[in-house]
Amino acid sequence: MQKTLDQFAIGEHGIVRQVAGEGKIKRRLFDMGITPGAEIMLRKKAPLGDPLEVTVRGYELTLRITEAQCVTMVVTDTKNEHGVGK
Amino acid sequence: MKRFALAGNPNCGKTTLFNSLTGSTAHVGNWPGVTVDKRDGVYKKCAEPVAIIDLPGIYSLSPYTPEEVIARNYILDEKPDCVINIVDATNLERNLYLTTQILEMDVPVVIALNMMDAVEKAGDKIDAKELERRLGVPVVKISALKEQGLSELMDKAFNESLKERKGTTVLQDTALAHLIGDVKIALAGQKVANPLFHAIKLVEGDEIEVEMHKDTLTMVQEFKETFSDEIFGNDFEALVADGRYKYISKHFAPVLVRQSKEKFQMTRSDKADKVLTNRWAGIPIFLVILFLIFHLTFSENFLFLGSIFNLPDLETLGLLTEEGEPISYGVRWLACIYDGAIFSPGVIINNIWNDMLVGELFGWIQGLVEGSSMAGWAVGLINDGIIEGLAAVLSFLPPILVLFLFFSILEDSGYMARIAFILDRMFRRFGLSGRAFMPMIMGFGCSVPAMINTRTLADDKERTATVRVIPFFSCGAKLPILTAVAGAIVMSFGLGNADLITYSMYILGIVVAIVSVLLMRGTTLKGETPPFIMELPAYHAPQFKNLMIHLWDKTKHFIKKAFTIILASTIVIWFLTHFSFDWKFLENEEINESILAGLAKLLQPLFTPLGFGSQLGEFGWVFVVAVVAGLIAKENVIATFATLGACLMAVGGFDFGAIGGLDAINASDGIAAVQAMIIATNITIPALISFIAFNMTTIPCFAAVGTAKSELGNKKRFNWTLVFWLVASYITGAAVYTIGSWWWTLFIWLAVVAAITTVIVLYNKGKIKIKLPKKKVKKSNPSCCEGCSNCSLCDDATKINEKNDK
Repeated sequence: MQKTLDQFAIGEHGIVRQVAGEGKIKRRLFDMGITPGAEIMLRKKAPLGDPLEVTVRGYELTLRITEAQCVTMVVTDTKNEHGVGK
Repeated sequence: MKRFALAGNPNCGKTTLFNSLTGSTAHVGNWPGVTVDKRDGVYKKCAEPVAIIDLPGIYSLSPYTPEEVIARNYILDEKPDCVINIVDATNLERNLYLTTQILEMDVPVVIALNMMDAVEKAGDKIDAKELERRLGVPVVKISALKEQGLSELMDKAFNESLKERKGTTVLQDTALAHLIGDVKIALAGQKVANPLFHAIKLVEGDEIEVEMHKDTLTMVQEFKETFSDEIFGNDFEALVADGRYKYISKHFAPVLVRQSKEKFQMTRSDKADKVLTNRWAGIPIFLVILFLIFHLTFSENFLFLGSIFNLPDLETLGLLTEEGEPISYGVRWLACIYDGAIFSPGVIINNIWNDMLVGELFGWIQGLVEGSSMAGWAVGLINDGIIEGLAAVLSFLPPILVLFLFFSILEDSGYMARIAFILDRMFRRFGLSGRAFMPMIMGFGCSVPAMINTRTLADDKERTATVRVIPFFSCGAKLPILTAVAGAIVMSFGLGNADLITYSMYILGIVVAIVSVLLMRGTTLKGETPPFIMELPAYHAPQFKNLMIHLWDKTKHFIKKAFTIILASTIVIWFLTHFSFDWKFLENEEINESILAGLAKLLQPLFTPLGFGSQLGEFGWVFVVAVVAGLIAKENVIATFATLGACLMAVGGFDFGAIGGLDAINASDGIAAVQAMIIATNITIPALISFIAFNMTTIPCFAAVGTAKSELGNKKRFNWTLVFWLVASYITGAAVYTIGSWWWTLFIWLAVVAAITTVIVLYNKGKIKIKLPKKKVKKSNPSCCEGCSNCSLCDDATKINEKNDK
């Protein structure tokens, strides 16, 4: 199933399929390791609901909902996280 | 001397390594033109002394942030003899992303694999030898914290610096490999240094590179038209980034063997985070921490022990003489710590510094000067001018350092990033990010550390806006103005509640700050809300040594400023207050004949719309003098009232019976001094409140102005900042006075505000067009990129246009 990162529930895992967005933001997302194929878990939302905290490539990253909307994800089952993708 | 540059991600232990390598030789400054810390020092334990340059912490070499541009230009232009790339072993993949970019430059590289102890503690293993083979450059395991492996690292780096190294890339397997190869050959043909690096950046369509190699760009564009990737289309920047990470996960990451197969495991840091950024508890915990910081720095009733146990004060204990002085030297020390309540550590340090050290030392010098046979004016200059001025500035040092210590702890421990995370939502409404909160709240303590702290803001315009509004968060030195004037209003007019007045003035300051930020972000500092894609580093205990080095840097910086610009200005002000226009030396009591008073009388009409100008009559200029004196230190405002009050008493002709004698006027709370002014000038309540409002929002003290100057790093922007403060305070004061005196003017003010807002909103939406006379600033600078936020030139150009527009 595909959806953007901002639609993830807390604890949900997925693999990045595509990253859209304007140059500077997209480049920043890439530089921080959000590239197609990267595994992401939505860790939590800030007390006011935005920004989000995700785990990607073994570290914690925070990004806003508007930025998370640029990231299209393929949802993977939490129990089956190593088998999906490629 | 050979130069080694340290490069690496933020939070990879670069600062710790730098401190361990250079020790006391470190020197802190700013990179030319930008306020990003520039640190260099000397490492002495190699075959010969080596200069170590600490590059800013970065994630990539993209052209988008000043830090990244600095690092890349340093390596390309200054050609260090070796780049030491620090890699956080606990976060291998993302750290190696930067490594792949550094390796593309023709410069010797050594990898320092840091935090190996943490990796091994988790039971994981990294095969450094294998990583070295795959990367093609030496890899040394180190622990910067425990100072392990440092000499091996430096020896390797020294060895490498003797060799030549050509750039290598990990993109050879991607679809772009051929294009990169061709562009590289073309660039090499043009005798461009670092052809591989430039070729890849050109393929990425990097702004800086495109500008530099326009001819070769056509090669890339021709290729681009024929190329299409199934995921990325022809977005080469994305393809390159993706190629790097793919290569890293395939070839480099496997050198890390994890003990546990679980990818998303809970660490201790995660557990702490569960509480600290909890949906419900996050904000309350943050508020408690904030309260504790201010309590520990400024409270004179530590943990409220004095109130809880109803402790007796020194007077009750019989430890004070009748004049209220301590009866012995021991009691003086006690008075630094205790008086009816135990003071908080910040206050104790402050008292010891000011009363026992600085006060004692300066008192001794003043005694010597007085006892000498110098001329009266010379004694006055040294004692009242220079020494009092220096003491006033140095008295800021303890609260600044204590506040700074706390905020360094928050920053080092990783909690500061979480504060930004918690508050970002709220701040986005004003076009700022959550990071702007900390500097602003620090402003309630002291503007100086607050302005220095704006360095944590990545976006230049956001930083400028924040520096400008920091003084509106009423600092500790402005509190006496509030309490004295509010107290005097209550005493003289028998009206209102002093606490309520004080409290509303704080709120007014915040409101002015919010309005100003909205206004600036809508006009002169327009820009996208900066993106908030930020690492949340793992929590770790801050290191004592790093904190101390940090504090020492700040102290040096501050003292240097105290003895240069601030000292010079206090001397100037002293001359203005102690000489008349015909160059006659004046005693303190004759201040109303001084040049300063003359100038103040000239300026007096300007303050009429604010209620403390010409309408106050003969002695109305005292308020102007107080304002001017406040530009040196806000403590001076009330002190000026006391001095002038004493003069007025000498002048005679007023009924000061209600407020007591000279002693009352000189009392430290300043209430009677303000009351004397009220009697002498018949100033009204709205005018008094307007006076507080003006002082709160106008140009801050000298120390803060000096800091703003160095933090803004751009002369034009600094000058505009001064103008902004003057205009903001003038409008605020005028609004307070007119609305307070004639309530119906409220509607006029509201109408003006509404009109301005509408014009700005409509203009920003493009609904109305205002012709902007074009300035040539943009054209004259070829490297200036349209509309970027990092380049001060664009910023100024926009500002000039904006100004002309008005």
